[in-house]
Amino acid sequence: MTEQKRLSEEELKNLEEVAKKIRENILIMINTAKSGHTGGSLSPVEVILTLYAKCMTHYKDWHNSPEWGNRDRFILSKGHASATLYATLAQMGYFDEHELLTFRKLGSRLQGHPTFGLLPGIEVSTGSLGQGLSMANGIALGLKLDKKENYVFVLLGDGEIQEGQVWEAAMTSAHYKMDNLIAVIDRNRLQIDGDTEQVKSLDPLDKKWESFGWQVLEIDGHNLQEIYGAIEHAKELGKQKSAPVMIIANTIKGKGVTFTENQASWHGKPMNDEELQKALQEIRG
Amino acid sequence: MVINKAIKKSLRVAYGETLTELGKKDENIVVIDSDLSCSTQTQMFAKEFPDRFFNTGVAEQDAVCLAAGLSTCGKIPFVSTFAIFASGRAWDQVRNSVAHPKFNVNFVATHGGVTVGEDGASHQSVEDISLMRSIPHMIVIVPSDSIETREAIKFAYEYNGPVYVRLSRSNTPDVNGSDYKFELNKSKVLIEGTDVTMISNGETLCEALECAQMLKKVNINAEVISMPVVKPVDKETLIKSAAKTGAVLTLENHSVVGGLGSAVCECLSENHPCITKRIGVNDEFGQSGKAEELLVKYGLTADKFYDEVLTLVEKKNSK
Ligand SMILES: Cc1ncc(C[n+]2csc(CCOP(=O)(O)OP(=O)(O)O)c2C)c(N)n1
Ligand SMILES: [Mg+2]
Repeated sequence: MTEQKRLSEEELKNLEEVAKKIRENILIMINTAKSGHTGGSLSPVEVILTLYAKCMTHYKDWHNSPEWGNRDRFILSKGHASATLYATLAQMGYFDEHELLTFRKLGSRLQGHPTFGLLPGIEVSTGSLGQGLSMANGIALGLKLDKKENYVFVLLGDGEIQEGQVWEAAMTSAHYKMDNLIAVIDRNRLQIDGDTEQVKSLDPLDKKWESFGWQVLEIDGHNLQEIYGAIEHAKELGKQKSAPVMIIANTIKGKGVTFTENQASWHGKPMNDEELQKALQEIRG
Repeated sequence: MVINKAIKKSLRVAYGETLTELGKKDENIVVIDSDLSCSTQTQMFAKEFPDRFFNTGVAEQDAVCLAAGLSTCGKIPFVSTFAIFASGRAWDQVRNSVAHPKFNVNFVATHGGVTVGEDGASHQSVEDISLMRSIPHMIVIVPSDSIETREAIKFAYEYNGPVYVRLSRSNTPDVNGSDYKFELNKSKVLIEGTDVTMISNGETLCEALECAQMLKKVNINAEVISMPVVKPVDKETLIKSAAKTGAVLTLENHSVVGGLGSAVCECLSENHPCITKRIGVNDEFGQSGKAEELLVKYGLTADKFYDEVLTLVEKKNSK
């Protein structure tokens, strides 16, 4: 096995700071909109940030240039975490941070769920759960047809994979040996109606994906070093095995704010002003 | 007719309460939800009757066919999720597994129309009535208030065959009286008039009523018909009113393609052609925003109806 790639101490420190900033922005956006998905936006912060900051080939300046076609793609299949994607894209310089405050408002480019055609970096429209992996498959095939070396990354919710279409897509990815496709499950163990294992059990998740022909890795989804190592490893692993790779990222729904952590009730609820101040204090430390 | 717009009630809570009451009377009632029981309010039934509540998780197609299976065992399933998923995601399952065999499955779909608000286009169903209306055997009901919701749910329970009930996310003021009776084949003429007919259901009905009051001030007598049952359409009331006024408007929180407006125009063009106007979402997708802002944006308020009525009446008089 090749040696695991690692982030330097300095890179780690920088990323940790950006992650804090993204968490703050998410909460401010949802509070300003008085609507949005607090829990599921906080759990994938590290995963989405590491992808954009360290693992994906993409440059904002490529947008509207012929180079744009050479970018790696990210699909947020769990579209209700749109705040996290928007806040990350703003950090990457895709648009001005101020625009984050228009989130979910009439006429905004930052629609409640990612909407194609409004903002650079939004590859497809999501929000109706279960459709992202199929679209990612389509992009992976398209890239191969064009002989491009790019990767497609897709983030799924754990509740989301109860949708049958996810498993239709899982078979497609394996059948077509999609070694340019890397999926991540935000395994926060909660969905709207409660604990996934009580609503409709998912475990053993690794065995399910393995039996569908996927390579499976499992990590702590808040540990930047582990996320980076796993994604970089997945790039090689897929090629070695001629298979798609699934990374099960164990996360905490509502991560970063004590009173929202592991609480199903914070799935689709905004913080009021008082709660927001308390949360920001905790995040800023 | 005076409506107190200050007091609004949740149609979803009315549904949850009625479902629980019915569940006490009839052990055959079973409820299926797809990870939205807190929103659809089937959680009320789930708390009372955990053994007769089934959560499929995020799997709407599974839910519909599960209900089909349960109905063949003499159970009376109520399936709930958002309108966009019940009608869209699971359309083929509704058509083939439930409607074709005319199984006794009730769909109570919440969050219809643009008033879903901030979630935006992906969650705003402006096509569900059209989709459900096109399926043979399906009954389609759009209640306007909590009273009508209760009665529609009781009807769905008693009726043997597939029923689709569409509820709004927003609360609405009570338009109907406590003596209200749901009748499948009979719409309610809430205000009698001679100059123009306004037909509506759901959240837009109270806007239509408000519009009628505004029209009175300029001496236009509008007839307002509450038409909760989009299918089968009440031909008799429609023709009678059209014959009287000669101009018919429909108002709905749904696309103008295939919904109440289409149902009314199909009936009138074949039976009593007259001037018509469909008001609704004009063949476009919704977007994020506050519910009230979106009603204005898509022209679904009393003010906007008022302008449309004036234009239509002018057209009628110039003929
Ligand atoms: C097809 C579909 N059904 C239902 C919903 C409503 N919904 C939004 S989020 C959600 C729960 C998702 O749970 P999970 O995937 O675990 O998300 P997370 O915990 O990461 O927020 C549901 C049911 C939807 N958006 N799409
Ligand atoms: Mg989850």
